[in-house]
Amino acid sequence: MDDTDRTLLSLLEEDCTTPVHDLAVMLECTDDEIISRKKNLEKEGLIRKYAAVVNWEAVECGIVYAIIELKVAPEREWGYDRIAERIARFPNVRSLRLRTGTHDLELLVTGKDMQDIARFVSEQIAPMDRIRETATHLIMKTYKENGVLYVEREETKRLTYSF
Amino acid sequence: MRDFVSERAKIIPPSGIRRFFDLAGKMEDVISLGVGEPDYTTPWHICEAAITSIEQGNTSYTSNTGMEPLRRELSGFLKERYNTPYDPFSEMIITTGVSEALDIAIRAVINPGDEALVVDPIYVSYGPCITLAGGKPVLMPCLEKDHFRLTPDVLMEHISPQSKILILNFPNNPSGAVMREKDLKGIADVVIDHDLLILSDEVYAELTYEGRHCATASIDGLWERTVTLSGFSKAFAMTGWRLGYLCAPPEITAAALKIHQYIMLSAPTMAQYGALEALRHGQEPMEQMVREYHMRRNLFVDGLNRIGLPCHLPEGAFYAFPSIEKTGLTDQEFAERLITEAGVAVVPGSVFGSAGEGHVRCAYAVSRQDLSEAVSRMGNFISGL
Repeated sequence: MDDTDRTLLSLLEEDCTTPVHDLAVMLECTDDEIISRKKNLEKEGLIRKYAAVVNWEAVECGIVYAIIELKVAPEREWGYDRIAERIARFPNVRSLRLRTGTHDLELLVTGKDMQDIARFVSEQIAPMDRIRETATHLIMKTYKENGVLYVEREETKRLTYSF
Repeated sequence: MRDFVSERAKIIPPSGIRRFFDLAGKMEDVISLGVGEPDYTTPWHICEAAITSIEQGNTSYTSNTGMEPLRRELSGFLKERYNTPYDPFSEMIITTGVSEALDIAIRAVINPGDEALVVDPIYVSYGPCITLAGGKPVLMPCLEKDHFRLTPDVLMEHISPQSKILILNFPNNPSGAVMREKDLKGIADVVIDHDLLILSDEVYAELTYEGRHCATASIDGLWERTVTLSGFSKAFAMTGWRLGYLCAPPEITAAALKIHQYIMLSAPTMAQYGALEALRHGQEPMEQMVREYHMRRNLFVDGLNRIGLPCHLPEGAFYAFPSIEKTGLTDQEFAERLITEAGVAVVPGSVFGSAGEGHVRCAYAVSRQDLSEAVSRMGNFISGL
């Protein structure tokens, strides 16, 4: 892992469709070097996936997002890991983090509607052995996701020509 | 009615790009590589500092020379980054953009009939400012074969008994050329031998891609005969804030300050608060912007060379200056047809001086997506000629 790898990761995170040759020119190395660096980063698990950032709210397909906070009693030897791995297996859990503060685990989940989310919490998550408390917060509007702004802003007006 | 316009105003040439504005106004979907400013908006922490200053009621004049904390911070920045020590009390004026700094510097040192040696190609305002001060601009061509740098030989060729000042602008607008330490040392001897004063516009200093910028005043024997002009516009993406500075030995600073206090009084106060924040905490965002410009430069220059527009590697600023001579068009024709037929705005090199003829200035301060699209459109345009 060197500076070139780090810059390559930033460039791919920003736009993973950037052609290999463009990456090579920008980073002042050969196309082959970029290909091999990418392969290594993928093999080491540093690049997890190449994906689009989709604004599903704008697609209007009826997906509801919620943040669910959980207080969890950790297990001897395993801490939070085993329970977190169990929760992570649900496909509607989009992200899952252990965090500091009033709760331990924080989930971002999706559902068809509010009832769907409520069912998931009450039937799947809350009954789990080590869950002590849940708090569910529905997402009302997303302004920024993965570093990408979702709100349309008026384009900054620049002149076409200036010296 | 009398003709009220002064002779001085009449001899100033009109803008060389006015008609291009008209052309661009009729076009849709134009990718503009014609703008001499960053595409970034000012980093938000700088805006916050300025907004807070207004909220706190700091809306009055500052000292003529600028706020003391700003001058102190700037003094530290210049010393640490460029090894150019300037006393914040007697050798520094905060100005309304570098444009004002340039104007008051020229007026502080030029007598009628004095000659000002100016590198060519260069940003458009130097000649008119010299003329307005009663001086005579003498253009020195900096050619592509010399990487658009000023050589001691070219400088020697243009010196006359009337020569008084030498105006440098490196990293250069429009060519992106950089004077390295050895290049500056080469001209230092000539400058000292002929007792010249240098006005060095270094507004693109932070945008230098192959090593650190070498400040003119950092060269042995040049501090005492250099006026350093720079500002916050390019490095911190603050063009609209209009904030620059002039640093010079005390006697020149005092002379320039007299002019500044009569024409400007002081630079905008809220902009000074923004600049203070930029110097204190803005270097990391600035370095990020510089890294991005560096990558865009590589991408764009590679693209230009690939489509058959030979382009030297610009080591600073955010301009590429390819030769378009192979197309058989003049730079004016090329720029005009490129915007009307391909929707890409560039500035003809000849507006920056006769040494710029046969080239066009392309600002790569636009997104990488737009740069790629611009290269593709330019490639199609050239192959259709």
